[in-house]
Amino acid sequence: MSENVPEAAVTGAKAPSTETNEANGQPADAFLAGSLRHAAGPYFGSYGGRWMPESLIAALDELEETFEKAKQDPDFLAEIAELNRNYSGRPSLLTEAKRFSQHAGGVRVFLKREDLNHTGSHKINNVLGQALLAKRMGKTRIIAETGAGQHGVASATAAAFLGLECVVYMGAEDCRRQALNVARMQLLGATVVPVTNGSQTLKDAINDALRDWVANVDTTHYLLGTAAGAHPFPALVRFFHEVIGEEAREQVLAQTGRLPDAVCACIGGGSNAIGIFHGFLDDASVRLYGFEAGGEGVETGKHAATITLGRPGVLHGARSYLMQDDDGQTIESHSISAGLDYPGVGPEHSYLHDIGRVTYEPITDTEAMDAFSVLCRTEGIIPAIESSHALAGAIKVGQRLAAEGGDPAERVIIVNLSGRGDKDVQTAAEWFGMLDENGQVKGTTLSTRRPKGFVQEHGGTEEQA
Amino acid sequence: MSAIGQASVGRATESKAAAAIDRAKAEGRAALVGYLPAGYPSVPESIEAAIQLARNGADIIEIGIPYSDPVMDGSVIQAATTEALANGFRVASVFEVVKAVTEATDAAVLVMTYWNPVMRMGVDDFARRLAEAGGAGLITPDLIPDEASEWFEASEKYGLDRVFLVAPSTTPERMSMTVGATRGFTYAVSLMGVTGARAAVDESAQRVVAEARAAGAERVCVGLGVSNAEHVREIAAYADGVIVGTAIVGALRDGGPDAVGQLAAELSRGLPRAAAAS
Repeated sequence: MSENVPEAAVTGAKAPSTETNEANGQPADAFLAGSLRHAAGPYFGSYGGRWMPESLIAALDELEETFEKAKQDPDFLAEIAELNRNYSGRPSLLTEAKRFSQHAGGVRVFLKREDLNHTGSHKINNVLGQALLAKRMGKTRIIAETGAGQHGVASATAAAFLGLECVVYMGAEDCRRQALNVARMQLLGATVVPVTNGSQTLKDAINDALRDWVANVDTTHYLLGTAAGAHPFPALVRFFHEVIGEEAREQVLAQTGRLPDAVCACIGGGSNAIGIFHGFLDDASVRLYGFEAGGEGVETGKHAATITLGRPGVLHGARSYLMQDDDGQTIESHSISAGLDYPGVGPEHSYLHDIGRVTYEPITDTEAMDAFSVLCRTEGIIPAIESSHALAGAIKVGQRLAAEGGDPAERVIIVNLSGRGDKDVQTAAEWFGMLDENGQVKGTTLSTRRPKGFVQEHGGTEEQA
Repeated sequence: MSAIGQASVGRATESKAAAAIDRAKAEGRAALVGYLPAGYPSVPESIEAAIQLARNGADIIEIGIPYSDPVMDGSVIQAATTEALANGFRVASVFEVVKAVTEATDAAVLVMTYWNPVMRMGVDDFARRLAEAGGAGLITPDLIPDEASEWFEASEKYGLDRVFLVAPSTTPERMSMTVGATRGFTYAVSLMGVTGARAAVDESAQRVVAEARAAGAERVCVGLGVSNAEHVREIAAYADGVIVGTAIVGALRDGGPDAVGQLAAELSRGLPRAAAAS
């Protein structure tokens, strides 16, 4: 793996040579200095950049400037650290999954418990950071896109906490799949706008958020939820998630006295993955795995395996791997997981793929749901379906490590458990055949008592409707 | 901008879009620039509509390429391009439309496209085929000069116009850089927003035009939210050209190619400078 890395310098040098690319040398320089960490953008090799309407460039410049200043500001960093500790509940635990390990070739598996953060996923790390930046820029309104609803909930949370107006764009299909999260956002005071364009999922929600942003950019910050999009978003979103990898590295050293053999994460846009990978990018002995949504199987065409099967293109502001047809039209992605159902991927992942530092593989819906079930029953943890892709990948990686010989108990894998599965209970109940013909969980509708507040059998009053 | 420096070494072909604007100017009026998506509702009908548009007063025709993720477009154009895609539109058909309209009319024909379809075909291939079809060049709503090195090279090689957008939010530095990168005309976005009809032309439009001129732009056309002859008259008073999109697409949707011709005739009545001054 590491022997491929020198290509990084070559790839970096091949990036477009226009004036604004002067920062372009930075990833290559960082690499020549022996580090892949803290890549500043706008380019990651030939990926990234700003493929955006001119109308938004001033806002991106303002965001970049604000971010660069904030990164150097001890007060800002202290504020983030304080919120992480006393609001989000960081550091998140690193839990050894001893019974789950038996399914992964007997290697030791540790779960980075982002599911235990406030709002139930890693998304809170990024939204608090960006919401603080929004306030620094004097913006009073944030907009966000959401797939699974986790980023929308996190954005609504940060907006409530910091006194900002919040509008969340969510594909109508995702609203259906994640109705609980729609209600959560509304309870938190956000406006949820169901998007009925295109495939009615995450990419279309991003399109509508961009349309809102271009019209309201004076007052509004677009709080992008993943490490993708136009510069500075990929580097900025990663920055706020780097805490995942930093903590995990310290924790695994403290608990096992060594670095892990492998780190596994799921990839949609790739924010949780880039966050945990970042802590280990320069540890050549640590193999990094990103698991994409294989949907019904990559051979069926119904998947979201962007790096596995995509080709470089531009979407939503960055050059990166992209699921597209021969005409450059974006192909609709498919996944049981709303959060991974995206035909693009963050540009840094494309770069890490090309230089061979991270291995990207697809995991099917079935494999993910099997792993979901295994974790529920072996560890008493209900994972998000997104994170279940990482768990399924860890099972494969663990079995491969065990097959390499030696005592599997000497091998260590970290899985980024990026979110909890409460939001996915309906989908899982459907998948596992737990629902009756009315869509109710079987056996839950047998009570003969009249519900409290029940007035009449078929009253049809408005209160009941 | 070393890329632009290199680009200027290329073949010196006359800009078709600039020539069309200059012809209008010589007649004492602003140019009318009209947009229609290729393949809506079908390729033959889009050709017919574009010919009607040109024969009834449009000096420059913008042919849009339907794209899956049109982030700069409002609901009317989105609906039209989505329908074109659903009807099986293929990107290569745009050259057929350009060729047919160029051959049938005197209008300069530009293609307006999001960048990924061009990148997918290959920038050089796309440019070559566009030039072969008689096209004037490209309008690129999501390509800024900063990312356009391949396009500079190809547009110089094939003598094509590069129409970049400038906006009310564009800084003086970027205005100067973008105007310098442009060939044909500078596209001044009248407001912060997406395409679509508006009740009034945003007051920022005139400021953007003035800033583009101050940055050295010889020809500036105004687009976004321009939907009737009154808007055209207002903009024609200070800009070199007026760009109308959504209203024309709406006319095509509701009344077919004939309605496009009628609207173009009506819009072009707003073009004369004298009328604007009166």
